[in-house]
Amino acid sequence: MAEIPMAETPMAETPMAETPMTGTPDGGFWTTPPGRSTLGSWLLTTDHKRIGLLYLWCILAFFAVGVLLGLLIRLELIAPGRTIMAQQTYNAVFTLHGVIMIFMVVIPSIPAAFGNIVMPLQIGAEDVAFPRLNLFSWYLYILGAAIAVVSLFTGGGAPDTGWTFYVPFSATTSTNVNVAVLAVFILGFSSILTGLNFIVTIHRLRAPSMGWTRMPLFTWGLYATAWIQVLATPVLGITVLLIFAERVLGLGLFDPARGGDPILYQHLFWIYSHPAVYIMIVPAMGVISDVIPVFARKNIFGYKTIAISSLAIAFAGSLVWAHHMFVSGMSDVAVMVFSLLTFIVAIPSAVKVFNWVSTLYKGSIYLDPPLIYSLGFIFLFSMGGVTGLVLGGAGTDVHVHDTYFVVGHFHYVIFGGTGFGLFAAMHFWFPKVYGRLYNLKIANVAAVILVIGLNMLYFPMYLLGLEGMPRRYYDYLPQYTDLHVVSTVGSWITAAGLALMAWNLWRGLRHGAPCGPNPWGAATLEWTLPSPPPTENFGPVEPEVTRGPYDFKGIEREEVVA
Amino acid sequence: MHAHEEGHHPPSYRLLIGVWGALMVLTAVTVWVAQVPLGFLNVVAAMAVATCKALLVTLFFMHLKDENWTFKGMVLLVFVILAIFIGFTFFDTAYR
Repeated sequence: MAEIPMAETPMAETPMAETPMTGTPDGGFWTTPPGRSTLGSWLLTTDHKRIGLLYLWCILAFFAVGVLLGLLIRLELIAPGRTIMAQQTYNAVFTLHGVIMIFMVVIPSIPAAFGNIVMPLQIGAEDVAFPRLNLFSWYLYILGAAIAVVSLFTGGGAPDTGWTFYVPFSATTSTNVNVAVLAVFILGFSSILTGLNFIVTIHRLRAPSMGWTRMPLFTWGLYATAWIQVLATPVLGITVLLIFAERVLGLGLFDPARGGDPILYQHLFWIYSHPAVYIMIVPAMGVISDVIPVFARKNIFGYKTIAISSLAIAFAGSLVWAHHMFVSGMSDVAVMVFSLLTFIVAIPSAVKVFNWVSTLYKGSIYLDPPLIYSLGFIFLFSMGGVTGLVLGGAGTDVHVHDTYFVVGHFHYVIFGGTGFGLFAAMHFWFPKVYGRLYNLKIANVAAVILVIGLNMLYFPMYLLGLEGMPRRYYDYLPQYTDLHVVSTVGSWITAAGLALMAWNLWRGLRHGAPCGPNPWGAATLEWTLPSPPPTENFGPVEPEVTRGPYDFKGIEREEVVA
Repeated sequence: MHAHEEGHHPPSYRLLIGVWGALMVLTAVTVWVAQVPLGFLNVVAAMAVATCKALLVTLFFMHLKDENWTFKGMVLLVFVILAIFIGFTFFDTAYR
């Protein structure tokens, strides 16, 4: 690799001589242990940091595939009628987009990748409680993902049910649903094992001097998430097995003609899949809670309420599943109860948003990329959250149910929320993992492009939904064309933002300016270790927790970012 | 887990056969009560009997009786959550 003169970042004078200026990252946990091949040392590792990175790379690869499928969907919808693909292909493509994005990208994204990399460091542990189980759950993830890919090319064609696998269609379609649900079943087990591992780790392996109220809020978020993973995911396993049984054995569980109940399927599916959206969003909220104080140089506003609101979201969020079923033919009593409960979840969510904004108030703010992504999160998540109440209110839901309004809401929350949380995490912990820094200006530009692109891509969907455009449709009436065109152009801007962000991070990883242990001047334990951290983390000595996680007194930002 | 090791001895055949007998009787009760027209109470009765059976299986066959309170509490928590899930589903099915 040629030496690149870093003209825009005045790095030459900082004394970081041990890290070379270019090339792949080395030192710390990147060093291959003696007597092992590089590939073997990664595939058989029990180091939580390496397992987290294995997750991250796989997740990002699947994310790229999911984005590509999303772009194809938007391109097909740019004009009425056939544009680039036939109806059956379109059904398979949106199913695939959903299954890949939900089960292989968003659910494992922050907990499995950054939870693994960062959480043991944050609590001063040597590793997670069950390191081999941790590696096993990564292999389950890979096995599930591989089987999902196999389901596309075998049997009667790629599944065309949508990611929800609703009966009666999923029980009768000739496409390869059997193998796809098997993949989901295995991916679910990977998620359960990660959750179990995290609960035990957080309970048992915290540094002795770290009480529950000294724990960073990212770890609190993971803790709440882990409980949902352990308690709700088995229901998904049961549900997809029942589909399998229905298709293979013809049990008639969901067939009214034989005493079954199709709405029972929807209950079972959403008992997992609604809490699953909190598996997606709560860790992202944890990231934001960790990022904002660091860049406002100020203690977090309302530490305990944020910590408790994570648990409150996890609990209340598990009791709202039937709000997906207001027009399915469920009883009116259930509609009323679940509508009320849904509004209750808005309270802890809003507590967090107000606490973040209050943390920023009168802070001395540094507009670095992690903060820009976090601000993007707050804006986009709020847009998605408020429209969520439109869907949670039973009366208004009847009007917009199964329209593009739902698609808009979901993508604002999950892409604008979890996606931005993931990007914030990537930019925040990048220097810790690689010991280098990316170009801050380009990262900021990419973030702004993404916010603009996302709004252009998804805001028209709210309008389309209010005007009555149903979701999942292949074709539409000419009056919807203009808004679909705006949305498709937005998808290109979003893709450009993602490409710029990815290129900048890649370049930072290869040629970025070396940084010290704590470039942002953060106060949590992972920043007391060198970047990249050594394999054994803190070693045999338990780290002493002498300050709160957001107490920045006496901690300076490094010159690299100044 | 010292308490576990101290108090751990394999349960006697007499006890296991007794539990098995109780499970058989409860199964018979389930079948019998399903044929008595009680309206909504049929479901309640079936659930109550099933809960008793699950309790017998976890306590004796799965040795939960000899475990410490952390394990008992965890299992209880999971059962409570399951009861909530099933119970809330009845907001729908009981009022259709």
